[in-house]
Amino acid sequence: MSLKNDVSANIISSLWNFFASLKLTVALLLCMAVLSIFGTVIPQNASAEEYIRIFGLFRYQLFLILDIVDMYHSWWFIGLMALLVANILICSIDRLKTTGKVIFTRHPKFDLENYRKRQDRIEFRIRQDAAELREPFLDKVARRFRYCRAIDTENGFAVTAEKGRLSRLGVYVVHFSIVVLLLGGLVGSKFGFEGFVAIPEGETADTIDIRHTGRQLQLPFKIRCDDFNVSFYEGGNRPKEFKSSVTILEAGREILKRDIIVNDPLYHQGIGLYQSSYGKMDGGQQALPPMTAPPEKIELQFQSVASGMVYTAEVSMGETVEIPEGLGRLSVEEFQPEAKFMNMALGPALIVKLTTNGGEAQTVTLPFHFPKFDAMRKGQVVISTMVEHRPHVEERYYTGLQVVYDPGIELVYSGFVLMIIGCWITFFMSHRQLVVDVAVTGGSTRVLLAGKANKAKMGFKLEIERMADELREMADGTHKK
Amino acid sequence: MEYNAWVLSAVTFIYGAAGTLYLFAWVFHKEAVGKMATWVALFAWLGSTIGITMRWIESYRMGNEFGHAPFSNMYESLVFFAWTIGLIYLVLERRYKNRTMGAFAMPLACLALAYASLSPDKSIQPLIPALKSNWLIAHVITCFLGYAAFAVAFAISIMYLMKSEDRKPPAQNLTGRLPSSALLDELTHQLVLFGFLFLTVGIITGAVWAKQAWTRYWSWDPKETWSLITWLIYAALLHFRMMRGWRGKRIAVLSIVGFGAVLFTYFGVNYWLAGLHSYGEQL
Repeated sequence: MSLKNDVSANIISSLWNFFASLKLTVALLLCMAVLSIFGTVIPQNASAEEYIRIFGLFRYQLFLILDIVDMYHSWWFIGLMALLVANILICSIDRLKTTGKVIFTRHPKFDLENYRKRQDRIEFRIRQDAAELREPFLDKVARRFRYCRAIDTENGFAVTAEKGRLSRLGVYVVHFSIVVLLLGGLVGSKFGFEGFVAIPEGETADTIDIRHTGRQLQLPFKIRCDDFNVSFYEGGNRPKEFKSSVTILEAGREILKRDIIVNDPLYHQGIGLYQSSYGKMDGGQQALPPMTAPPEKIELQFQSVASGMVYTAEVSMGETVEIPEGLGRLSVEEFQPEAKFMNMALGPALIVKLTTNGGEAQTVTLPFHFPKFDAMRKGQVVISTMVEHRPHVEERYYTGLQVVYDPGIELVYSGFVLMIIGCWITFFMSHRQLVVDVAVTGGSTRVLLAGKANKAKMGFKLEIERMADELREMADGTHKK
Repeated sequence: MEYNAWVLSAVTFIYGAAGTLYLFAWVFHKEAVGKMATWVALFAWLGSTIGITMRWIESYRMGNEFGHAPFSNMYESLVFFAWTIGLIYLVLERRYKNRTMGAFAMPLACLALAYASLSPDKSIQPLIPALKSNWLIAHVITCFLGYAAFAVAFAISIMYLMKSEDRKPPAQNLTGRLPSSALLDELTHQLVLFGFLFLTVGIITGAVWAKQAWTRYWSWDPKETWSLITWLIYAALLHFRMMRGWRGKRIAVLSIVGFGAVLFTYFGVNYWLAGLHSYGEQL
C-alpha cells in the first residue's frame, strides 16, 4: 500500500518537475520555431492536385499522414501548444510558491548581516550621533522608496526600504497572457465561423459559404447590397477604394444602412462583414453601341417656358416641324456623332435651325445624351431629343463579403493587452531593496548603504551612490548648524 | 527623382563615412577621429530624419489623396530601418561612452540604405485600400524599433565573439579596446529585451490591423509565421539566459541566429514565399 503510494507520488513529482523545468520551455519554443518553418515553405490548405503537381504523389500522401497540409491545426502542433500551456502553468505555480512569500507580505525581510557584507556596499563616517540622523534619513529615503521603515540595531538604527515588489508579478502576467491568448483562439475556432457571400448589386442574401467545408450557414439577418464601387487613383490602375453600400434587414425591416470599405468592416450582432472581393456580373444586357448615324425616327420634346406644357413630335433628318403655342419652326439640319460645345465633348447630337415667328433664326445643338442641355439657351422653349432608350445598362457588379463571427476575440485582445503590460513590467521595472545602516562605533558614526535589485543592477548601483552622496551632504549640513 | 530620394542617397554615403571613421578610430586608436565619427553619424542621422520628413511632406504636395506617412513599401521601410539603427546606436554611444560599437553598427545603417537605393521604384505611390489604416504607422514603427534593436544586438554579439575568441591578455590591442565582455553581454541582453518588447507590440498591432483588414487576427501567413519564429527564437534566448552556464558566447550566437530570422522575415519572405503581406513586392 505505502509502496504503491510512494510510486505514484514519485511519478507525480517527477512529472511535476518535468513540466516545471526551464529546459522544457526552451525545447518547446525552439521546436515550435523550427517546425513552423515547414508551413511557410509547403503551401497550406491547397488542393490535392497542386500538392501532387509540386511534390509528387508519394510526398503528398506523407503530408496527409503527418497533417502537414494544415500543420498549424494538426494534432502535433496543437499538442506542442498544449505542452507549452502546461509548462507555463506549472512553472508559474512552482515559482509563485517561493516568490509569493516575497511578494505578498506586509513587512519584507531584511537580513542586515547579509547587506553589511555586500561587496558593493558604500561606507562613510560622520560626527553626528545616530539618533539625530534617524528622522532626516528616514524622510530622505522615504521620498524614493514606497516601503520605508527604521528598525533599531545594537549600536544605532537601520533604515530598510524597498520598491517595485509587485514588478515580480510581471513575468506571471506575460505567461498568463499567452494562456489567455491561446484560450481565445480555441474559443474562436470552436464557437465562431468564417464564411463568404457574394451579393449582386440590388440583391439580398442571408446564406454564407463556410470556409474550407462546403457547408452553408444562414445568418440571423439579411444583407442587401445597394451598390458597389471601385475607384482608382488618377492616371493609373492603382485601386483607391472598394466600397459596398449595404443594408441590414431583420424580418423584412431595414435595420442599418452603411458603407463597408477595406479596413472598416461592419459589425452587426457580433458578426463582422468585411469587404473582400468583387466582380462583374456575366449575362447582363450589353450597353448600346456608340451612335454613328442619326436614328431614322427622331423623337423631339418641346417644353414651353411660358406655360410649362410639354409637347412631343417625331421627325426625320431634313424635316421641318411647327412648334405648338406659336413658338416657331424647327428644321433638323445635321447629325454630329461627336459634337462639341465650347470645347466640351457632348457625344452624338443634332444640329437644328430654330426660326421664331418673328423670322429670327438661330442654330441650336441638341445632344442625345444630355436632354436638359438646351435649357442653358434660356429661350422661350426648351428642346430635347430622345433616343430609343434601352435601359442604360451600367456595368453590374457583385460584392464579395467575408462574414466572420469570433466569440474569442475579447479574450485574444485581453491577452494582447496583458502581454504588453507584462513585458513592460518584466523588462523595465525591478524589485529594489536598500538598507541604510547607521551605527556608532569607535567614537564616530558609521553609515553603510547597500542594496540589491533583481534586475537592472547597474542602474540601482548608481541610484545608491547618489543616495549616499545626498545623505552625507545632509549629515554635513546638520552638523554645521 | 524627388528631393527626398536625393537627400536619402546622400545620407547613405554619410553613414558609410561615419562607419569608416569609427573603424579607423578603433583600429588606429585615434580619439580625435572617433569624435569626428560621432559628429558625422549625428549628421547622417539628422539627414535621414530630414529625408523622411521631406518624403512625408512631398507625398501631401502631390495631392491630398497621395499623402501618407512614408512607411508603405520596401524602400520606405528600409530607410526607416536605417534611421532607427542610427538612433539606437547614438543613444547607446552616449550612454556607454564607447565608440567601438560604431564600427559595427554604422555599417548596418549604411547597408540598409544602400540596399534601399537598389529599389527599382522610389517614387511616392498612393496607398492601396488595405494599407489605408491608422494601424500602419503604429505597426511599422514598433516592428522596426524591434528590428533595429535586434540589428544592434547582432553587431554587439559579433563584438562579443571577437573579444572572446581573442585569447591574448587584454592589452591595448584591437579587441582589448572593445568594451568588457560583461558589458557586451549585458548590452546584448538589454537590446534583446527592448527589441522583444517592440516586436511583441509590432506583432500585436499587426494582428489587430489584420482583424480589421483581412478579418482574422492571425492567418498563419508566411510573414506572420516568420515573425512568430523570430519571436520564439528570442523568447528562447531570454529563457536560456536564466539557465546556468548560458550567458556570454551561447547567447551571442543565439542573438546572431535571431537576427538571421529577422532578416528572413523582412526580406526572405517577400522574395521566396507568397502571402497576403506582399506590399514589399511593389518595391
